[in-house]
Amino acid sequence: MAQTEPVAAMPPPQPSYLQRVVKPLFGTPLNAVISLICLWLFWIIVKAVWGWLVTRAVTEGGAAVCRASSGACLPFLVTKARFMIFGVYPYDEHWRPGLSMALFFAAIGVSMMPRFWGRWLLALWAMVITASMILIAGGVFGLRAVPTTMWSGLPLSFILTAVGLALGFPLGVVLALARASKLPAIRIIAVVFIEVIRGVPLISILFMASVMLPLFMPTGVTVDKLLRAQIAIIIFAGAYIAEAVRGGLQAIPRGQHEAAGALGLHYWQSMRLIVLPQALKIVIPPLVNISIGFFQDTTLVTIIGLLDFLSTIRTAMLDPEWIGAAVLEGYVFAATVYLVFSYGMGAYSRYLERRLRTGHH
Amino acid sequence: MSKFSALRIAAGFGMALGLGLAMSAPAHAQATLDAVKKRGKVLCGVSPVSAGFSFADDKGVRRGFDSDVCRAISAAVFGDPEKVESVPLSTNVRFQALQSGEIDVLSRQTTWTFSRDNSLGLDFGPVVFYDGQGIMVPAKLNVKSASELASAVVCVLPGTTTQQNLEDFFRPRNIKYESVVIENSDEWRNAYFTGRCDAITTDRSDLASVRSVAPDPKAHVILPETISKEPLAPVVRQNDANWRDIVSWSVYAMVAAEELKITQANVETFLTSKNPEVQRMLGVTGDLGKMLGLEPRWAFNVIKGVGNYEEVFNRNLGPDTRIGLSRGPNKLWTEGGLLYSPPFR
Repeated sequence: MAQTEPVAAMPPPQPSYLQRVVKPLFGTPLNAVISLICLWLFWIIVKAVWGWLVTRAVTEGGAAVCRASSGACLPFLVTKARFMIFGVYPYDEHWRPGLSMALFFAAIGVSMMPRFWGRWLLALWAMVITASMILIAGGVFGLRAVPTTMWSGLPLSFILTAVGLALGFPLGVVLALARASKLPAIRIIAVVFIEVIRGVPLISILFMASVMLPLFMPTGVTVDKLLRAQIAIIIFAGAYIAEAVRGGLQAIPRGQHEAAGALGLHYWQSMRLIVLPQALKIVIPPLVNISIGFFQDTTLVTIIGLLDFLSTIRTAMLDPEWIGAAVLEGYVFAATVYLVFSYGMGAYSRYLERRLRTGHH
Repeated sequence: MSKFSALRIAAGFGMALGLGLAMSAPAHAQATLDAVKKRGKVLCGVSPVSAGFSFADDKGVRRGFDSDVCRAISAAVFGDPEKVESVPLSTNVRFQALQSGEIDVLSRQTTWTFSRDNSLGLDFGPVVFYDGQGIMVPAKLNVKSASELASAVVCVLPGTTTQQNLEDFFRPRNIKYESVVIENSDEWRNAYFTGRCDAITTDRSDLASVRSVAPDPKAHVILPETISKEPLAPVVRQNDANWRDIVSWSVYAMVAAEELKITQANVETFLTSKNPEVQRMLGVTGDLGKMLGLEPRWAFNVIKGVGNYEEVFNRNLGPDTRIGLSRGPNKLWTEGGLLYSPPFR
């Protein structure tokens, strides 16, 4: 039979619920078996977690009740919550790191929304950072001075990560440009720096900063321990960021450099206006990877005696009152917080990638 | 965010950080006391966390036996036990922190050994706690002595000397054993409780705290052998004899107070004591304080601030705490222990 009329343009068939969900999972006998096994495992896990976290959970009482119970010890989390978050920062002054974390999150929230992007963000960040540092360090405006040995817990983890990445990023960009430079001396210095730092573990750099550095200083002069660890992290982050940025620089076609040259732009102009904006956009995923990694790597500062978030939790678990009563609870709490922040960073980077995808498809 | 905003933020961070983190004041040789007085607090190196010795309470205030030694020094110098800034230090960096002047005194469960005393430019104060490595086994094994531990699996933490001591003890006795090294102390404890190891070894003070968290503490026995000597003492830099004396005599004041039955609660009544040694010690007569460069009532302040040795021990490690240690060798010499204070005269 011949077709006499043109077929009306129909929308593509919308797959039904059955087709979308059920068919891939239970379409063939093998798939069905695998799906059932997975569902069964999922159920076992949910049941175990639910039992531990809800049904058998200890909601009141002390350490003795928790030791006798097989469920989650919620009194531990409640009693130790402030200590786990703020560590040994003076108890009556917890509002200060608390407020600066709130400011910090607010500033991040604002900066994450593309419609607020603009020069005034710089002013905002300068204000937030100054205010945070004044709040945490104190010593002015009638705020009690708090020495860096008392900075601990989650604020310390954030400071180490944020400052490490914020200063590591420009260092990394400069190193990446230096490594791609045509001047051999600059290139060799950059290559040696990057490869040496990347060739040793972060732990050994932290040890260098905290054990070796003071031995080179004149007798009696000491550099703050937190500052030493922070510098080690900045240098380490710089080397890794440099390699990520170099990948982006190499992905920019030669023609872009040449076009910039043809427009009469000199090196810095062409880098700033043409090459880096494109290169940095490409390297967002590896940069976020590095950021997430560094947020978790800050837990290594515990080996030089700084109390980051994970170590304040471990400290809380070793309070003689609670020792042995709440081991899993502490680690689950730590894992949850790290997961929330790491997942948040990852999700935002995926959003940013989609939004910045202009051209090259 | 463009590269340039990041740059400026970075610069802002740097400046802000610089505000908060200035170089700490240099500590001149021979003048630790002056530096401490000028600063207004004692910088005391402690363990980041060690049950009973150094830990933070719910409010983040540092407590524990080692911490109380710091408090005693603060009380002697300032008349106030709370003028301490605790600097948590890991085992790897503790001596260097003292050498570089980052801390004034290290009170951190540090064993006094020959090589530490003579090669690091440091001096040890009096022993504040006589510890020793012990071995704990489940009571159901019916082992009475460490020499009965043939082919046992022993769980150890990767300490500096723990494994060495174990080897030194078993090797000459021709006892075969297998050591399992576990990095994390929670895992290490659980490995023993779940039967992965037949025995567990560390310093006796720590064994007691491991036993205290067992589901049934009575199901475990600490064997009688002490396989190493671990005298724990505060440490100071070698070049300042005056500061070392202050640290030493702050500790001796606590020991002597126990011997003289002076406690935190009753120390005021002793101010009118007729006992000449008490009078000298509490600064009622004589000028012992002046010899140290301190107030006449420095020892009174130590006792008023932290109590005598017995009170400090019982508060942090004693039978009423979770640690539940008995005094053992840390009794007064008059009671058969090793604690002995030189006379206050």
